[in-house]
Amino acid sequence: MTVILHHPKRETQIRGPKTVFTLLQELKLSREAYLVIRGEELMTEDEAIYDADVIEIRPVISGG
Amino acid sequence: MKCRICQSKAVIRIERHNTAFCGGCFSGHMHKQVERAVKENNMFTRSDAVLVAVSGGKDSLVLWDILLNLGYQATGLHVDLGIGEYSRLSREKAEKFAAAREAKLIIHDLRNELEAGIPEVAEKTDRPPCSACGLIKRYTFNRIAGQIGFSVLATGHNLDDEAARLLGNVLRWQHAYIKKQSPVLPALHEKLVKKVKPLCLLAEREVAAHAILHHIDYIVEECPNAKGAKLLVYKEVLNRLEEDSPGTKDHFYRSFLRQPTAAPEGPEAAPQACGRCGQLTSLPEKNPRTGERKPEGSLQEDPQSRHPPFPLLFPESKVPTPLCGYCRLIERM
Repeated sequence: MTVILHHPKRETQIRGPKTVFTLLQELKLSREAYLVIRGEELMTEDEAIYDADVIEIRPVISGG
Repeated sequence: MKCRICQSKAVIRIERHNTAFCGGCFSGHMHKQVERAVKENNMFTRSDAVLVAVSGGKDSLVLWDILLNLGYQATGLHVDLGIGEYSRLSREKAEKFAAAREAKLIIHDLRNELEAGIPEVAEKTDRPPCSACGLIKRYTFNRIAGQIGFSVLATGHNLDDEAARLLGNVLRWQHAYIKKQSPVLPALHEKLVKKVKPLCLLAEREVAAHAILHHIDYIVEECPNAKGAKLLVYKEVLNRLEEDSPGTKDHFYRSFLRQPTAAPEGPEAAPQACGRCGQLTSLPEKNPRTGERKPEGSLQEDPQSRHPPFPLLFPESKVPTPLCGYCRLIERM
């Protein structure tokens, strides 16, 4: 899967399939501080992400 | 995961409420929470003209969006802080939202007033950028709101902002700041506008989710000056506690609101008008020994101190009137 991250904005490849919960845990990202988006859809923690997916992990903290 | 209300596919889980919502029901939840905060705290009514401080970030744009949806008379005020590309993008987002919603947006460009943006002000006054920025924004929002006849200023502070700020203030027992953390600060003087925080019951994650679900284009980048800010550390700590024990932030903040210390206090001394701009000078902190307040901005010597805070430049008979924090900052440039 292609994963888009922020601060700074970058892309990385991660092998799937895995759930949103597992992906955030593996990347050591807090579920409280990040949202996972596929296309224009928000994903819940139990949803699976596959190799062909492009997802964005967006930090909820932004601005000043 | 299913929506608790309609059983369709959920898009967000809110652990502290042990619930999940689909897009439509989540939107309903967000609007209900804002309406509740506004009504329960007597923030404003639909006949009040509300000025919303709009930065171009998710919180202020979501606040503006929800207030407009709920039928409130909400006008945006954006202060262009002149922080390079970050400010250019922030302003663009605010303008784009206003155009899409056909809402009125007032733009105030700091560089038109000071011939300098935040980076230059911070450098010339040798003050941390976040400190200069906070002071300038508070002053400018209040002054402009008063000048154009708004009685209420709404800001997009969310539950995470308030809980993190409370944690920082409690760790240092900064009583004066803790008293100012109420979601409503009444206008205690004709030169002060009422300040309200209608998003105070909504977590940062929920506000960001609303922006995404409603296709609100906001600035995702962090302000370049925010790196290393203490507030971000407090947010991180609270998020770790929240993951371990859902509801921690909510409980911490709501419990604070139930304390008598959370009620905003009236001024204990009459605030003075700034000798330069006419706005109010902030009330200086009390002397812990005497309980008296030292006139801020004046050049009089503190009788309790062996040394004056800085050399006396004027003879006592020509002591100038106090200056507000903003004017003192500008004088140092």
